[in-house]
Amino acid sequence: MLRDITLGQYYQTDSIIHRLDSRVKIMATMLFIISLFMVKNFIGYIAAGLFLVAIIRISHVPFKFMIKGMKAILFLLIITVGFNLFLTPGEPLITLWKLTITREGVVLAVSMAIRLSFLIIGSSIMTLTTTPNNLTDGMEALLNPLKKIKVPVHEIAMMMSIALRFIPILLEETDKIMKAQIARGADFESGNLIRKAKNLVPLLVPLFISAFRRANDLAMAMEARCYRGGENRTKMKPLKYYKRDYLAYVITFAYLAFVISVGRVFLKI
Amino acid sequence: MAIIVDHVSYIYEKDTTMAVHALEDVNIQIPDGQFIGLIGHTGSGKSTLVQHLNGLIKPSQGTLYYNGEDYYSQGFDMKKLRSKVGLVFQYPEHQLFEADVFSDVCFGPKNLGLSKSEVELRAYAALKQVGLEDENFYQSPFDLSGGQKRRVAIAGVLAMKPDVLILDEPTAGLDPKGRDEILDQIARLREETGVTVILVSHSMEDVAKYVDRIIVMNKGCVLFDDAPKQVFRSYQKLEEVGLAAPQVTYIMHEINDKVFPVNMDVTTLEEAKNEILQAMKR
Repeated sequence: MLRDITLGQYYQTDSIIHRLDSRVKIMATMLFIISLFMVKNFIGYIAAGLFLVAIIRISHVPFKFMIKGMKAILFLLIITVGFNLFLTPGEPLITLWKLTITREGVVLAVSMAIRLSFLIIGSSIMTLTTTPNNLTDGMEALLNPLKKIKVPVHEIAMMMSIALRFIPILLEETDKIMKAQIARGADFESGNLIRKAKNLVPLLVPLFISAFRRANDLAMAMEARCYRGGENRTKMKPLKYYKRDYLAYVITFAYLAFVISVGRVFLKI
Repeated sequence: MAIIVDHVSYIYEKDTTMAVHALEDVNIQIPDGQFIGLIGHTGSGKSTLVQHLNGLIKPSQGTLYYNGEDYYSQGFDMKKLRSKVGLVFQYPEHQLFEADVFSDVCFGPKNLGLSKSEVELRAYAALKQVGLEDENFYQSPFDLSGGQKRRVAIAGVLAMKPDVLILDEPTAGLDPKGRDEILDQIARLREETGVTVILVSHSMEDVAKYVDRIIVMNKGCVLFDDAPKQVFRSYQKLEEVGLAAPQVTYIMHEINDKVFPVNMDVTTLEEAKNEILQAMKR
């Protein structure tokens, strides 16, 4: 029932993108997002599109999985496009009753749609090719300088990885409890909003209890193995840059430079 | 013929790289009043199968019938089916949620739309059937012991008065005493009410004593479907799929091979004792 959710899900396969250091992937994703907002014309979007397509091809992740993430923002996308299309002042193209579509509106709506979808696809490549544990490791390493100003970086990273680890477990648990209650005649689908919210009680109470029980067990298991925070803690697989990682940085910066310079050289279309 | 499973297959995560064939072409007929043991190793598809019987999972292929009606035909009352085919999940105590034991057991019958007095009568009867003391009725279910919690959860399904009672590993995680108590209670319940019982387990020992028929699942297929005696005869085959016949079967085979001839078709300790005593007289 709940198996279809792919929020930040990892797609298991082997590719150079999968093997890249997670720090590189986080940085590259951020630079890619920045580049999307530096783009000034359609040549820039074509460049960004080609860059994305190339990465997707190299990553061996089926395109279907990228699209799955898009479904979540489809509604947002439609609203954004709609507002930009009808509410941008400028040279009118078509007038439908009281709504006017302007030339500027069309340009803005299209570029907004491209930006948003590229942004989602770009970040889903990162989560699809990096295990959650690797991702938090990378975050921890990148945020490490903040330790100087007493930010509990390790603790935050640990909390994040535990939270990520628990998502599938809790989903499975929800599925199980839901089925058990349906078998007892519970109804989670029909009725109005208040009725529906009330019907969730038989699901939420056992779910919370089991979440607390699991948290308690985990805390005890960690303490039993002498976990006491990040101090002097070593890693089984320390993050290390290889040649491919430097190469990936070079390619990303080259791409960013290209997008920026294209924006400067060519005039607005 | 209460339930018919006709050429049912089920695939988890269909159309992805993670696709798993949980059931493959399963055919089973479950007549009224039988006591059936459904046995299989972890991941053999037994839990998936019982969820099909309750209409919680729709088969990828094949058809299910309850009293001749197709589960997924137009106008089939799924809610009624779920009241008639009661399913007790693994670790059912994890689904308790009410403030006290009695209201939790009322949840099932209340969902059937019965009157308040009928609901309470059924809940009371169900709690009595599983042998819970009156003094526990208004306690929080979370204050009870593990075995008591499980009995409350089973009562929650019994209160719906099912014609077919399916129990998925009802003894998992219980100590030997708790296990025997629960199984004895189920056997007694069946004698009293004539309800069809399907007992899911991975332990032959548990079911051998009670059931009339054993269905062995392996890798999503039905491997054996016969009376316990017949099934235990192929104990070597059972071992191949990671199961075992009850210990008495092994003892009887050893005695037969090394001491004196005995009838090896015994399933319980009691039968074994009688058989050995008789063989010694011969």
